[in-house]
Amino acid sequence: MTVILNQSFTGVSIGAVLLLIALGLTLTFGQMGVINMAHGEFIMAGAYTTYVLQKSISGAGLSLLVALPLAFLVAGAMGALLEWLLIRRLYTRPLDTLLVTWGVSLMLQQLARDIFGAPNVQTAAPDLLTGNISVAGTTLANNRLFILGLALLCVLGLTLILRLTPLGRRIRAVVQNRDLAEVSGIATERVDRTTFFIGSGLAGVAGVALTLVGPIGPTMGTNYIVDAFLVVVVGGIGRLKGSIITAFALGVLQSVLEYSTTVSVAKVIVLVAIVAFLQWRPQGLYTLRTRSLA
Amino acid sequence: MTTTTSPAKTTTSVAQPSASLLERFRVPGAFFLGAVLLLGIAPIVLSDFRLNLLAKYLCYAIVAVGVSLAWGRGGLMVLGQGVFFGLGGYAMAMHLKLADAAATGQTLPDFMQLYGTGDVLPWWWKPFANPAFALAMTVLLPMAVAALLGFFVFRRRVKGAYFAILSQALAAALAIWLVGQQATTGGTNGLTDIQGFFGYDLNDPVNQRTVYFIIAAVLLLLMAAARQLFVSRYGELLIAVRDSEERVRFLGYNPANVKLVAYVVAAGMAGLAGALFVPAVGIISPALIGIVPSIGFVIGAAVGGRASLVGAVLGAVAVAWTQSTLSDAYPAAWTYLQGLLFVVAVGFLPGGLASLVTVLRKRRIPTRTTGETA
Amino acid sequence: MSGEGLTVRDLRVTFDGFKAVDGVDLDIRPGDLRFLIGPNGAGKTTLVDAVTGLVKATGSVRFGGEELLGKPVHRIARLGIGRTFQTATVFEELTVLQNLDIAAGARRGPLTMLRRRKGVPEAVTKALETTGLTELRDRPAGVLAHGQKQWLEIGMLLVQDVKLLLLDEPVAGMSHDEREATGELLQRVSEDHTVVVIEHDMDFMRSFARSVTVLHAGKVLSEGSVTEVQADAKVQEVYLGRASEPEPAAVPVAEEA
Repeated sequence: MTVILNQSFTGVSIGAVLLLIALGLTLTFGQMGVINMAHGEFIMAGAYTTYVLQKSISGAGLSLLVALPLAFLVAGAMGALLEWLLIRRLYTRPLDTLLVTWGVSLMLQQLARDIFGAPNVQTAAPDLLTGNISVAGTTLANNRLFILGLALLCVLGLTLILRLTPLGRRIRAVVQNRDLAEVSGIATERVDRTTFFIGSGLAGVAGVALTLVGPIGPTMGTNYIVDAFLVVVVGGIGRLKGSIITAFALGVLQSVLEYSTTVSVAKVIVLVAIVAFLQWRPQGLYTLRTRSLA
Repeated sequence: MTTTTSPAKTTTSVAQPSASLLERFRVPGAFFLGAVLLLGIAPIVLSDFRLNLLAKYLCYAIVAVGVSLAWGRGGLMVLGQGVFFGLGGYAMAMHLKLADAAATGQTLPDFMQLYGTGDVLPWWWKPFANPAFALAMTVLLPMAVAALLGFFVFRRRVKGAYFAILSQALAAALAIWLVGQQATTGGTNGLTDIQGFFGYDLNDPVNQRTVYFIIAAVLLLLMAAARQLFVSRYGELLIAVRDSEERVRFLGYNPANVKLVAYVVAAGMAGLAGALFVPAVGIISPALIGIVPSIGFVIGAAVGGRASLVGAVLGAVAVAWTQSTLSDAYPAAWTYLQGLLFVVAVGFLPGGLASLVTVLRKRRIPTRTTGETA
Repeated sequence: MSGEGLTVRDLRVTFDGFKAVDGVDLDIRPGDLRFLIGPNGAGKTTLVDAVTGLVKATGSVRFGGEELLGKPVHRIARLGIGRTFQTATVFEELTVLQNLDIAAGARRGPLTMLRRRKGVPEAVTKALETTGLTELRDRPAGVLAHGQKQWLEIGMLLVQDVKLLLLDEPVAGMSHDEREATGELLQRVSEDHTVVVIEHDMDFMRSFARSVTVLHAGKVLSEGSVTEVQADAKVQEVYLGRASEPEPAAVPVAEEA
């Protein structure tokens, strides 16, 4: 019983990390059909922001708290810049965007290597987050709980923005029907850039969270990016609800499989499961219905 | 909008392209020239070391031939070619490792003796001792995997970004799996230190040259085969599927099958490339087949011109050449350049360098090369 | 070959609870030239989508003794049902000839597919003549004028050897002359095919329809000859919002944007 609980908690915390990363993608991939491979490097930017802050601010707790909004701004600004420089020119060619942003991601990784060096670095976690608490015989690591909370907070924040603010209404309008939104007087270009800012900023926040569970390195983004895209694909492009369910489902599946087999076999099985799932629902868990052909 | 008034009486005429002698022999002539360069001139002017490097680049070029077919013509964003390259490479390397071991009187390849759990060869290694089986597997295994994945994916009309991400995930999964099975696959190191190639010593420069000739000949053959596919009715249908899959379906074709053929053929070519890479370079490892090299297989074709066979091949060779020239001396500069290549070539010259030629020549028929349907 | 008849019984298509097609019965005799008319959102295109397998539907659609519902799109096409779309969809990068050749080839074996096209199949030559595109056969379809693309689409259906043609607004955006030419083309085609045309243009319908079905809110509102339908009070109400208009010619041209 405790084994099951422990594995489910591990799964949920893997899911929380996946969700944090996929949230931003759901926005950018969902809204514009843009596959931004540099999303992983925005995660990296968030992580390095934490690292730099910790070197300049004493007190791991304070620096972490400052890092969260700052990483959001840093990664968000990078995202908006990327959108303005390249992505907006490529809206009609989503697959080419994938390769272009991959090129950007290579350059950003090298930039990180030049600035911070190739070896991984570490940050110290605040004391509060290093311990465990026990609930019903299960050990819950504080840092994992923190990430779970952070992920849920981000989901809540994003949902509120999308549902309640004028900006959110505009974003949803553009997702559902870009042309109509445009002729209705919405400046779709500005909405795109704002969406990209928020989506990329969320990657920065994810980066801060990742410093609590692993090392910071130039290639850290690449390790997560494909999994995060799979979450968005399975969840249904542009659907927040789908991404949330999928992130946790994949997290739990992964951790259960890792427990019963090995990490590498688990990866393969998860992939097969995803292909099988797409047989059943090729457009993902939740779909936006449009009347256009094909 | 309308210059013609009746479907029965259209007066606009178009000049029939006259098949001049030059036009007729352009393709065979260029092919012959390429053959002379690869098989005649290169082996004379290049040192053993350089020729061996060229052999390696030509392996990438073979992958690019398939990429040009699947992506350039079929619009299938094949981001997981590393999987097929790897399957072909491992199938070949497994046989060569077994042959190497047998030559020194061992039953197990060297790495298994180091990390192995016992002294029994895993069952799935055994058939690879047979050279015919191993050779067949270098092509059939990748094709079978592609057929299986393609069948399920295309059947449900999973396309575009979805397909790209799935094929990428497949590359990641295979690389991770290989790393995890150190005792039977050599793990991160891969299968290294291969000595012989069907009884010939690979350390002998003469045999290395023979390997080069085999690779060059295979490339030329596959280019000829791909060219036939490009100009065949199937090639026209493939473009039709790329540009409007739904329309093709209403004509009574199943686009899934049309795409499947291109995907499986491209996979077979990548597998063969991987198999030939092993004797040329002496190693196959997870680092050569994961996400990063898989995207690398595409970039050469993108730089040269994805829809142009020659463009894709030259692009693959040029990118690989630049990489090995720069990456040792200036690794940082190379990474920046590589990133910039992606951005510039794909972002601003989607037809690749081949389209420059087209633009300069002002050809009559514009060839749009951005396939977005996958 | 004089085409096959189409029998539709209690056809229903629902999108998220919205009944786009709500129990339609339709009998189209072999060799008919039937016009489907109705206001926007009446379910005309959805009906054709259901018949050709593009959307899921319940009920029954029978063609030449075969039930179509549940069959995949390309199988339905192979039974001899072809369609066009509101926006002409031809393969813009391929030439007119290549477009037609592909349309003619769904039954080709793998060996033929792997060979280069030599010469022009007879059906393709015939279709080029019927549609008047012979002179343009080596042009990329993307450079054709709007009307020519529509004719090419019809030509593609002809070489596809279909028995039933479903045309979705074939004259939308055409000039008057092009409309006339298209109408004559449809009449020629309907001599040995069954043709169903979705149309908004009432003048066009009056000139060329052999029979008319009016759809409204997913249901069949009226059916019969052009005169019968125009005299139908229900039809006038739907089109004019009142039932008292006696002049049939006043049925307006409802052009879709």
